Amino acid sequence: MSPDAYLACHHCDLLQRRPSLPPNGVAVCARCGAFLCRDRRNSLDRTLALAVSGIIFFIIANSYPFLSLNIEGQTQETRLTSGIFVFFQEGMPWMGILVLVTGIVFPLLELLGLIYVLLPLKVGRISWKTAAVFRLIRSLQPWGMTEVFLLGILVSIVKLASMATIIPGIALYAFLVLIFMVAATTASLNPELIWERLNPEN
Amino acid sequence: MGTAEPRKLNTIDLRVPTTAARAGVVACHHCGLLSRFRVGPRLLCPRCGGALHLRKPNSEARTWALVIAAILFYIPANVYPVTHTTYLGSTQSDTILSGVYYFITTGSWYIALIIFVASIVVPALKIVALVFLLVSVRRHSTWRPEERTRLYHITEVIGRWSMVDVYVVTVMVALLRLGALANIDAGVGIVFFGAVVVTTMFAANSFDPRLIWDAMEISA
Ligand SMILES: [Zn+2]
Ligand SMILES: [Zn+2]
Repeated sequence: MSPDAYLACHHCDLLQRRPSLPPNGVAVCARCGAFLCRDRRNSLDRTLALAVSGIIFFIIANSYPFLSLNIEGQTQETRLTSGIFVFFQEGMPWMGILVLVTGIVFPLLELLGLIYVLLPLKVGRISWKTAAVFRLIRSLQPWGMTEVFLLGILVSIVKLASMATIIPGIALYAFLVLIFMVAATTASLNPELIWERLNPEN
Repeated sequence: MGTAEPRKLNTIDLRVPTTAARAGVVACHHCGLLSRFRVGPRLLCPRCGGALHLRKPNSEARTWALVIAAILFYIPANVYPVTHTTYLGSTQSDTILSGVYYFITTGSWYIALIIFVASIVVPALKIVALVFLLVSVRRHSTWRPEERTRLYHITEVIGRWSMVDVYVVTVMVALLRLGALANIDAGVGIVFFGAVVVTTMFAANSFDPRLIWDAMEISA
């Protein structure tokens, strides 16, 4: 399970010896300056804990009212997924799919996939198709956009505040925590630690 | 289809800097493992099973196709309304730009700035940056490769923030469904806008920044 002795820069392909890094140190490419690798030992337990709590907040965010709007005594209550259903009803299924996938499905898959990979590793086992699952969630990662979704929610609240009263629901707060969990999970994970355990020699 | 053997790299001499490709080694795009390259059937990474390529296949042609698609979507995305708002009986249609203008007139200039930058400036800059990178690679330019690599990296990272207007429309159509009193419907412009974000993200993903550095080797 020792790290690869050499690595190639993803941005310019320069071959270089893996530098020995101080704790939490970051190395950049000698030629192009792009990120090369980082030191983050024992990050797997923390990542697993964050992913599990992320799932809990994910469930809360999808089970309770998200935002309510009150205008002239009339109230409209929504859930996290309400807008997606509206897109389908209004004949814009692609918009519904885009928001469903980037705002909900991919972030959920990332958390579930990490648990699937990390939980068995904790007891020294490797689950079925771990490499393929981990490769998949790594490639989905740029398409999970919960933090952009949050910015969109804040902008809409400001926009609608001039014509109506907006009441945040439990799910909104859970979603806030979820975004923090997803970001912390991504930041805490050092994918190289997982790849090293999947080396073909082992 | 075949599986490449993991290369024992203890023997590589790095006193003269070299690229993986020139050393006959291919770095896995997914997991980073270095493997011996050989011509012939498709190579799969022995560690993660991902396809191995010295460079992203057809990178230039694919990126061009996606950039051109993004330019074509960018026009209707800005011309057609993204929302139709009914409020107390009167209906108003808004494009992305008129939405920005609305925020300026109501005093929320910081919201106006977020939407303007995320929805109009970022997609346009991404398209310009990718065209510039494609042209520079085609001409085997040796001009400032570090800066061009950084430009590529920024293009790759900021693209996701353009999605913010898609989510704004999603939340608003869900919240305002009170008929003649107050209602917001999505306009067709948002579909084109979503297509701009998706195609520019795919375009950035299909460009291979190592092409920038390959030109440096030809000239060296
Ligand atoms: Zn580099
Ligand atoms: Zn691999």
